[in-house]
Amino acid sequence: MIRLQNVVKRYPGGRDALSNLNMHLATGDMAFLTGPSGAGKSTILKLIGLIERPTRGQVVIGGEATSRISRRRIPAFRRRIGMVFQDHKLLADRSVFDNVALPLVIAGVGHRETARRVRAAVDQVGLSGKEKMLPAMLSTGEQQRVGIARAVVATPPLLIADEPTGNLDPELSFEIMRLFKRFNEVGVTVLIASHDLALIERLRGRRISLREGHVVAGYEPAAAGGRHAGPT
Amino acid sequence: MPAPRSASRPPAHRAGRVRGYFTRHAQNLVGALGRLYDQPLASLMTVAVIGIALALPASLYLLVVNGRALTGSLDSAADVSVYLRREISPATAEALAGRLRERADIAQVRIIDPEEALADFQRLSGFGAALDALGENPLPVTLVVRPAHRQPAAAAALAGELQDLPETELAQIDTEWITRLDALLDIVRRAVALATAILALGVVIIVGNTIRLDIQNRRAEIEIIKLIGASDGFIRRPFLYSGFWYGLAGGLFAALLVDAALWTLSGAVGNVAGLYDSTFALQGLSAGTVLALIGLGALLGWLGSWIAAARHMRRIEL
Repeated sequence: MIRLQNVVKRYPGGRDALSNLNMHLATGDMAFLTGPSGAGKSTILKLIGLIERPTRGQVVIGGEATSRISRRRIPAFRRRIGMVFQDHKLLADRSVFDNVALPLVIAGVGHRETARRVRAAVDQVGLSGKEKMLPAMLSTGEQQRVGIARAVVATPPLLIADEPTGNLDPELSFEIMRLFKRFNEVGVTVLIASHDLALIERLRGRRISLREGHVVAGYEPAAAGGRHAGPT
Repeated sequence: MPAPRSASRPPAHRAGRVRGYFTRHAQNLVGALGRLYDQPLASLMTVAVIGIALALPASLYLLVVNGRALTGSLDSAADVSVYLRREISPATAEALAGRLRERADIAQVRIIDPEEALADFQRLSGFGAALDALGENPLPVTLVVRPAHRQPAAAAALAGELQDLPETELAQIDTEWITRLDALLDIVRRAVALATAILALGVVIIVGNTIRLDIQNRRAEIEIIKLIGASDGFIRRPFLYSGFWYGLAGGLFAALLVDAALWTLSGAVGNVAGLYDSTFALQGLSAGTVLALIGLGALLGWLGSWIAAARHMRRIEL
């Protein structure tokens, strides 16, 4: 589902966020990207969501090389990926229902179908009955659940999350991560960036560890001779 | 079994998509109106500025329309006054008038005999006592000839021919001022075109700037829905409808402004027309013109927001 080959990402100013990185996540897998801040976790997620483009190397998502995706086709591409953000990125002036419905509205799904699927998604994250509330009326954990409901409502095959538990206490974090695991169990490929090692340990999740733009552990070589990239 | 199903599904699917397309547009249309309503003061100000900008060419246009109606209503202005020689008797004049009426280029001939002319002159000039002292009526018989063609050139040609008649002392027309008025109206007509072009550009800029601010204010929201996979068209649409409403309301406001101005002026114009014995009344904007004004406003609003959206949406690169 996700394959990064010899990827270099250099930001203006000369710093290499990723240097010759190789990584692979098979369809239906779930993995955690870990590492200290600045190791390149967010950069990888941005490359997958086409928020950034690699300086060199290849990013292949669902069998499609992202370098072949033109600016015009980015929106359609993003609709196949559910994205969850640390700061939720909810629309403050819209209700929970409207926020969760947004991907379906964008995709042009009909009224009745939208209502049905939004209710199902809100129910899955345990927020039934709060559809009419505004995000500000919810706790941080609940807001993150709204963000997750929005990410999964259009049933994308891939779910990526950037520090989704960054602002939550351990119990709430565990609940949120369990939610991701449940989606993984029904076939969604999940990649989560997190620095919360204790939590990942508790979940017994697979780890892809990064340091200074390299994968230092957890890289699973692809069929065709992948090298284990380590610090050089 | 699967074949007919798959054959029958695409049209139904397409119909659903078309319905969805119209539903989305309708939602955007109403949604944009709702957002303008949420900020009544700011929206009203924008609408007022657009309205004033559109009212100016609209009133100039009305000036031309009314000017044209005015020159058209002054039939008598092209009349040729033929003052006959003093020795011509009313009976001879009557015979001459009869001959003139036969001519195809003459619509009408009216005879003013000396007594009638004198009575009019005494009544209107205020020289009654002085005329009494003359003892004898100094005025000749006058024929008022109305040309069949009212163009100044035709009237002038006719006046020349009438001047050459042996009975004529003097044939006079006063078409000069009509020619001048026509020339003036032509200038105003060009001014209308020019003002319309300049102020249309103004409306595009006003709407564009309003939409630009709107885009900046909602930048965070735009970024979020872009991340979720909204296309540029999807993001642009509500702004286009905002611009459409601004322009539409502005056009309506312009029509109201012009109507109010006409209403204020109509009393004074009626007075002046009364002084000239004319039934002339100011013409207002026709229903078609009002619709054109509103349509023009909506079109310019749409255009302005389209330009602003295209320019500023690109800057939000994600």
